[in-house]
Amino acid sequence: MTTLDILFGAVALITAASAVLAVTTQNLVHAALWLVVALGTLAGCYLILGAELVALVQLLVYVGAVVVLVLFALMLTHAPIGRSPEQSSSPVQRIAAAAIGAGTSVLFAAVLLPALGGELRPTIAGDTKGIATQLFGAWVWPFELLSLLLLVALIAALAVSRMPNKDPDPSAASTLVGGKSA
Amino acid sequence: MIHLWLPLVLVCILAGAGAYGVIARRNAVLVLIGVELMLNAANLLFVTMGSVRGDTLRTGHVLALFLITIAAAEMGVALAVILALFRDRGHIDLSEPGS
Repeated sequence: MTTLDILFGAVALITAASAVLAVTTQNLVHAALWLVVALGTLAGCYLILGAELVALVQLLVYVGAVVVLVLFALMLTHAPIGRSPEQSSSPVQRIAAAAIGAGTSVLFAAVLLPALGGELRPTIAGDTKGIATQLFGAWVWPFELLSLLLLVALIAALAVSRMPNKDPDPSAASTLVGGKSA
Repeated sequence: MIHLWLPLVLVCILAGAGAYGVIARRNAVLVLIGVELMLNAANLLFVTMGSVRGDTLRTGHVLALFLITIAAAEMGVALAVILALFRDRGHIDLSEPGS
């Protein structure tokens, strides 16, 4: 065991525990907050693996933006505060889901660990300059395509949220932000 | 130096937790949290392999950045769909049929 091993193991333990809590807790807001912990500590994992740029982008985009979106969605859909056991499905379905989740984990482990694990390999030092050079060199067209994707997603989200109701309500249709204020 | 099985085990746990969340939850936003966990498992695998291989194109790290962008776009559209669903039905319980 090296120092990096111990460091990564500690951070990974927090990540795994908070990820499991995020999908099992009965409290809706707590689920979103456990997601913050899981994504934030995952950024720490990236940092230990030597990907400092990815770690910072993870913090900015996921912890900064995506989780705020989740919390907004919980607020706008009138999520109950406190424990709400009715948000989980029946025990039978939960047992089946646990079996499928465990099966997924075992399947991934059975494929990944023999193929890639078991060996001690050095991790390269994170070079932001190298990533930037390649990102705006070899990867520039996929990069531009992604900005187009973001634009399309933005317009699509706006169009979906302004979609008219089945029973037309003129006051809701005329508000600037569409259904988000309703 | 770092033993490679540590990040790989974390990938497995995250993917399994995400699959559990997608199936066991009834609230649409909580299903989305499971999807996010599975996407992050894929992202961790990208970063791990990018750090191990270290090729000249920096494929692993660049694809991890791209995946984060795609996940953000997916999140925006998915939340707009959930809000439209809530306006239409008055709840976002996925186990109940629509009106």
